[in-house]
Amino acid sequence: MVRYIFRRIGFMVMTVILASIIIFWATTVLPGDVASQVLGRFATQQAKDTLRKELGLDKPVAVQYGHWLGNFVKGDWGVSPSTFAEVRPIVFQRLRNSFMLALVAFVMYVPLGILLGLVAALRKNTWIDQTISVGSLAFIGLPEFVSGVILISIFAIELQWLPAQSAIAPDSTFAEALPYLILPAITVALTSLAYVVRMTRSSTVDVLQMDYVRTANLKGLSPSRVLFTHVLRNSLLPTITVVAIGIGWLIGGLIVTEAVYGYPGIGRLLLFAIQRRDLQLIQATTLVIVLIFVVANLTADILYAVLNPRIRYQ
Amino acid sequence: MNAPALDAATAATTTARRPVFEVEGLHIDYVTELGTLHAVRDVSLAVHEHESFGLVGESGSGKTTLAMGAIRYLAQNGRVTDGSVRLNGVELLGLSPKSLRELWGSRIGAVYQSPLSALNPSIVIGKQLAEMARQHLGMDRGAALGRVEEMLTKVAMPDPEAVMKRYPHQLSGGMLQRCVIAMALMTNPSLLIMDEPTTALDVTTQAVVLDLVTELKREFDSAILYITHDLGVITRICDRVGVMYAGAFMEQADLRPLFRRPLHPYTLDLLGCVPRFERTPQKRSLVTIPGAIPRVDELSPGCIFAPRCTYMEEACTTARPPLQGVDGDHLSACRRWQVVPPPAEHIRAATEALHAAEGVGAEAAVLVEADQVQVRFKAARGLIRGRKQRYIRAVDGVSLNIREGQTLGVVGESGSGKTTVARAIVGLTPATGGHIRLRGRELEHTTGRRARSTLREIQMVFQNPDASLNPARTVGDAICRPLTLLGGLGSTAARAKARELLQAVSLPVSYYDRLPHELSGGEKQRVAIARAFAAEPELILCDEPISSLDVSVQGSLMNLLMKLQVDKNTSYLFISHDLSVVQHLSDSIAVVYLGHVMELGEALRVLSPPFHPYTEALVSAVPLADPDIKQKLIRLSGSVPSAMDVPTGCRFHPRCPRYLGDICRDQEPPWREGEGEHRVYCHIPLGELARLQVETLVIDRDEEGA
Repeated sequence: MVRYIFRRIGFMVMTVILASIIIFWATTVLPGDVASQVLGRFATQQAKDTLRKELGLDKPVAVQYGHWLGNFVKGDWGVSPSTFAEVRPIVFQRLRNSFMLALVAFVMYVPLGILLGLVAALRKNTWIDQTISVGSLAFIGLPEFVSGVILISIFAIELQWLPAQSAIAPDSTFAEALPYLILPAITVALTSLAYVVRMTRSSTVDVLQMDYVRTANLKGLSPSRVLFTHVLRNSLLPTITVVAIGIGWLIGGLIVTEAVYGYPGIGRLLLFAIQRRDLQLIQATTLVIVLIFVVANLTADILYAVLNPRIRYQ
Repeated sequence: MNAPALDAATAATTTARRPVFEVEGLHIDYVTELGTLHAVRDVSLAVHEHESFGLVGESGSGKTTLAMGAIRYLAQNGRVTDGSVRLNGVELLGLSPKSLRELWGSRIGAVYQSPLSALNPSIVIGKQLAEMARQHLGMDRGAALGRVEEMLTKVAMPDPEAVMKRYPHQLSGGMLQRCVIAMALMTNPSLLIMDEPTTALDVTTQAVVLDLVTELKREFDSAILYITHDLGVITRICDRVGVMYAGAFMEQADLRPLFRRPLHPYTLDLLGCVPRFERTPQKRSLVTIPGAIPRVDELSPGCIFAPRCTYMEEACTTARPPLQGVDGDHLSACRRWQVVPPPAEHIRAATEALHAAEGVGAEAAVLVEADQVQVRFKAARGLIRGRKQRYIRAVDGVSLNIREGQTLGVVGESGSGKTTVARAIVGLTPATGGHIRLRGRELEHTTGRRARSTLREIQMVFQNPDASLNPARTVGDAICRPLTLLGGLGSTAARAKARELLQAVSLPVSYYDRLPHELSGGEKQRVAIARAFAAEPELILCDEPISSLDVSVQGSLMNLLMKLQVDKNTSYLFISHDLSVVQHLSDSIAVVYLGHVMELGEALRVLSPPFHPYTEALVSAVPLADPDIKQKLIRLSGSVPSAMDVPTGCRFHPRCPRYLGDICRDQEPPWREGEGEHRVYCHIPLGELARLQVETLVIDRDEEGA
């Protein structure tokens, strides 16, 4: 088990290094020169050269990469050329906001998804099952900018229950932010709900047909005991894995939703950085998003192993 | 149903013993897309205290449906439509789900076919078993765990305390089945349903579990309803037997009368399908039942067995004969039961003499020679460097000769390396040492490096025809492929030849365009055999080709294999865990244990004393379909050790019932030469083995009973 975790962590480190190489390479080959961007179009060649030297841009790419990664690990993420602000505090603040949105969305769709999936499995092939399956599937294909706009027009414009925009002050507390989080969280939850429902439904249907469920029933246990001690334990395994992997996307992948609502999360920060060609900001934001995805995957792997004795004792 | 006759029969028995479980006129339907299927029709049986009732039948005969329907555990589309089921006089069919659950587990216990899947993979054994005691015996956690330990000790589980902390995947099949039995008996139920409890186990483990059940039968008061397809197992366990066919009983009788003088042609045929354990050179074919088991929605209007029956006459096809008492409590559903001959007569008439396996060993030329073949796999190594690389010694110096036109049978428990030997000879698993020669010519160790002509010469038939036939290709395609690829035929010639082959394996030519899923298991295996013969090979490796099939299908496939061998003079390497099948088919036999041959020689010599102690244990473990044969109890404890830690000296010594002492542990045994090619790998001299084994004859016909 310990060996398994170490191996997963080893893979994770390798993934991050590989991703950092790709990120760095991609941003350096992008057209556009940092020096001209910082100094403006009319800067003298000499001034540009000096700045390049200062930033280490005259050195070979490999050296630059090592320098950048070293600084990143040390916590020196540089200054954003477009805002002249330190990159690290901005990224962390946005990350915190993304966490808040992810948390609200998570609480909305995971328990509901599992519940609906279970109900569908227990009422397999009845109208209840069909309603749940078809209903949740209908939202998978709906892009966030469509569902977002529909939600805004219903709840914000028609009913005026909730704010239409979520452009909160980036340093708002959770309590302050909560009313602004509900609509974007619903938007996210709608797209993810179907995955959880379908996963839970199909694995529960499988588990219900297992011999050990027959054993449990013929032990004379009550249906609810069979469900809670024998079925859920096994049928939720795949769902938990899928949900854990999804957390990466929930935090780092909500670019569209954040843009629709103007929410100051890390996704919108990345969008902003790209629009401004702010290389420092792009590099830091992407690497942080990669880290989030990798950690989410690691969590999923470890959770799966912990919950599944067949892997735990290998 | 002829009610008076049955009532008379049951009345006769009730006076003697108290019936615990009674089923009367039970009907079970399944509602499917095709309409309502009458899966079980008008079935009655009674199981008495301390008695075990064997439900025997081929797959699809409705035996599990009957048992599960009777205790009202059916799939959602299953319905009990009529009848009565009583447990200790209490009618089960009217009970509410809640009162039914009170009976399940407490008064009704169940043991299932695959113990690994019957236990929850993510809960430790102790907790799963304790659940039963907490539910029905009102015990708290501590008391329940104590009860579990006590029960595990009763089923002879070594180290129960440690076992209770294990997860199911950490235990062997035999140990798991003991756990399930312990769980089922924990509440001392009135009725114990055992649904093929040993089918998934090794022969040796099966023997141990069967002994255990026989013993527990005495200790506990439970009446047992024992479901199996294996007539041999029935004779070890059951007192009374019911033979089911397509959802109805064909015959019901006490064990000995049923086997000695069956009064229904189907029972006779079933007995004839199973190879007898006969150590005579003269082999006979097995009885084949023409046609296939009908689906329950396509039954003929008369006797449901009539279309396949040898003794059928016009009147059989008009009215369905009821199951009625014909001789005391011997019930038969045959209207011509009086003309049904004794088994020996029927089998003689329905079979034909085959070429004698006259111990021709030395005469035929050697086709394939395996010389000190070795297969080692690298064991997984940890992250930390410097740890010594360990090897799994799957095959550890095996030497065999396969002769032209003959069959070499390889037997051994699972994990003995028998399949790996075969795969090494074909080249699918490369041998890491030794030599494989074909007519004296050295063969490369992988198929990739062998010439096409060599590939053509050695073909293989696998255990699971579902996995070895491409589901997207037609039967014709499957057979044509080796014809064009290895036989060098053009597509027209190949097609004609494929049709011929279909006929040779007794399949209709119309099957040419069918897809595998349209075929039954036996038919698929026939296609696989046709495909193997298509390349006109010299040698066919058959890896348990019949063990997943029904007995009647097994019999006809064995006949087919023997017929084709005579026609084409092909050699077989036949791998099986079933000693009676191997002895039926083989000219010579190799007994393998943990990657090493223990005994080798002509079939007759290997199976008559002196045996290697391992062979002796295997022979003793085979359940024979003849209650009049006494088998000596020689049981192996534990299971085959890991091939990564092969024991020192004689590798069989930790389990050997005839263990001598230090010499077995420290020194590798010598090869002791017997008559002909017979060789035994043992420290005990052959003369001594023979003497020991005469004292404790493994198989003996019970003269007073015969």
